[in-house]
Amino acid sequence: MSIVAADNVWILTSTAFVLLMSMPALALFYGGLTKTKSMLNTMMMVVVAFCITSFLWLAYGYSLSFGDDLGGVIGSLKYLFLNGISPKDAAPAAENLYHYLFIFFQMTFAAITVALMAGAFVERMKFGAWMLISALWATFVYFPVAHWIWGGGFLSDMGTLDFAGGLVVHETSGISALVGAIMLGRRKEALMQPSSLPLVAIGTGLLWFGWFGFNGGSALGMNAQAVSAAFVTTIAAFIGGFVWMGLEWIKYKKPTSLGLFTGIIAGLATITPASGFVDVFGAMVIGVLAALICFWAVVSLKNRFKYDDSLDVFGVHGVGGITGAILLALFAKPDVADVKGLFYGGGLSQMWPQLAGIAIVGIYSVVLTVVIFKITDKIIGLRVEKDEEVEGLDEAIHGEKAYTREF
Amino acid sequence: MKKIEAVIKPFKLEDVKEALLKYGITGMTITEVKGYGRQQGHTEFYRGAEYVVEFLPKIKIEVVVRAEDVDGVIKAIAQAARTGKIGDGKIFVSNIEKVVRIRTGETDEEAI
Repeated sequence: MSIVAADNVWILTSTAFVLLMSMPALALFYGGLTKTKSMLNTMMMVVVAFCITSFLWLAYGYSLSFGDDLGGVIGSLKYLFLNGISPKDAAPAAENLYHYLFIFFQMTFAAITVALMAGAFVERMKFGAWMLISALWATFVYFPVAHWIWGGGFLSDMGTLDFAGGLVVHETSGISALVGAIMLGRRKEALMQPSSLPLVAIGTGLLWFGWFGFNGGSALGMNAQAVSAAFVTTIAAFIGGFVWMGLEWIKYKKPTSLGLFTGIIAGLATITPASGFVDVFGAMVIGVLAALICFWAVVSLKNRFKYDDSLDVFGVHGVGGITGAILLALFAKPDVADVKGLFYGGGLSQMWPQLAGIAIVGIYSVVLTVVIFKITDKIIGLRVEKDEEVEGLDEAIHGEKAYTREF
Repeated sequence: MKKIEAVIKPFKLEDVKEALLKYGITGMTITEVKGYGRQQGHTEFYRGAEYVVEFLPKIKIEVVVRAEDVDGVIKAIAQAARTGKIGDGKIFVSNIEKVVRIRTGETDEEAI
């Protein structure tokens, strides 16, 4: 196979889309949900994680994820600092694409995955602690797991499927967000007081837009699967939002804007692993289930166990990603990408590798996150001082305010 | 001289201002305040988490008037600000010892 211009056009476009998902989309989405006094800190957590992870990706992350496989566990260091790669080379993992483009596209995935976790730690974490956690977590969680599933590691050998990151992106970041939030402890004011729901609306819209590149781009070419993935992604999104809003209306007597936006994100996260394997019908069912299951996780599970996953990274992304990876085994339609789910005559053949993948990635994320948080606590300390937390992180840490008054 | 402070619902400010102008009161000071009385607060829901807002936004109007105008002004404010529902607010009256107009140095009733 040789370089295909149309494929490169689409993937370079998708790369820009996924970049937009971090900055500004996720920064706005999380910033709008944070209390006004700490919203800049939240936005900076997203962006600084993007910077750190992107750098590490070039330094050794790409090599660890996509370098020559070493025992199914990790990639070799042959591409350290992108050593020996020419801009004219084709990517070994996708020979229709330029190597640089493949690295660039995958870089935006690594970066947003780390940034996603930030939502669970807002309004109380030391900025330096977050920077160290970002670096350690990208190195020891994201790069290996990306290798296991996408880089030719043992999970891909086992047949575990994850089209655009239900396990690699959403499960890893969601579960680590939960573990980290528990270790970090509850905020002094552990309630959601969104600084600006209109910013959340803009963030939601831009995330949705960016997801065309995230899922559509994961086809790694301009083909039927790319179009189908983008289409089913949008279907799951609007159905997820609509159903979530309805659930709220029934349970709390009011349809909230935040419920509508949250359901859209739940639909997007849940369809992600399945987006290259299911058709529009599967996407509708996934949209409905995404809203039902994530709603339960955010509203019931979180309140029962009282952990302070502040912006519901686990409830929406972790639970959504896992749900989607399971539903893939039910609704995958051979028409789309030659994978047969339970409802298309494939029996449970795809279910076992999915469940095994979910369990292994989940356990690994828990263990490594505990270690990373312990180390960071020893070296830097995890939490800001009590008075800084109450005063707001923006002034205490950054010497800035999101909105200034003239007197 | 008396100071009349009225805490009212924010959307009633225009009506109260009109009523005071009609009565002949030519100046006032307003402040955005928060508080609660019998109305108590209200609840907001974010992703199903209940969050009680104890203090509700209100507007406080302050006007200083001659003693003989007090009853008329109170009546004007009360009529304009009243909706009949809980949370309409309250009016407080207190004595003022001295008033000075900074520009001219006029004092007391001439300065009101």
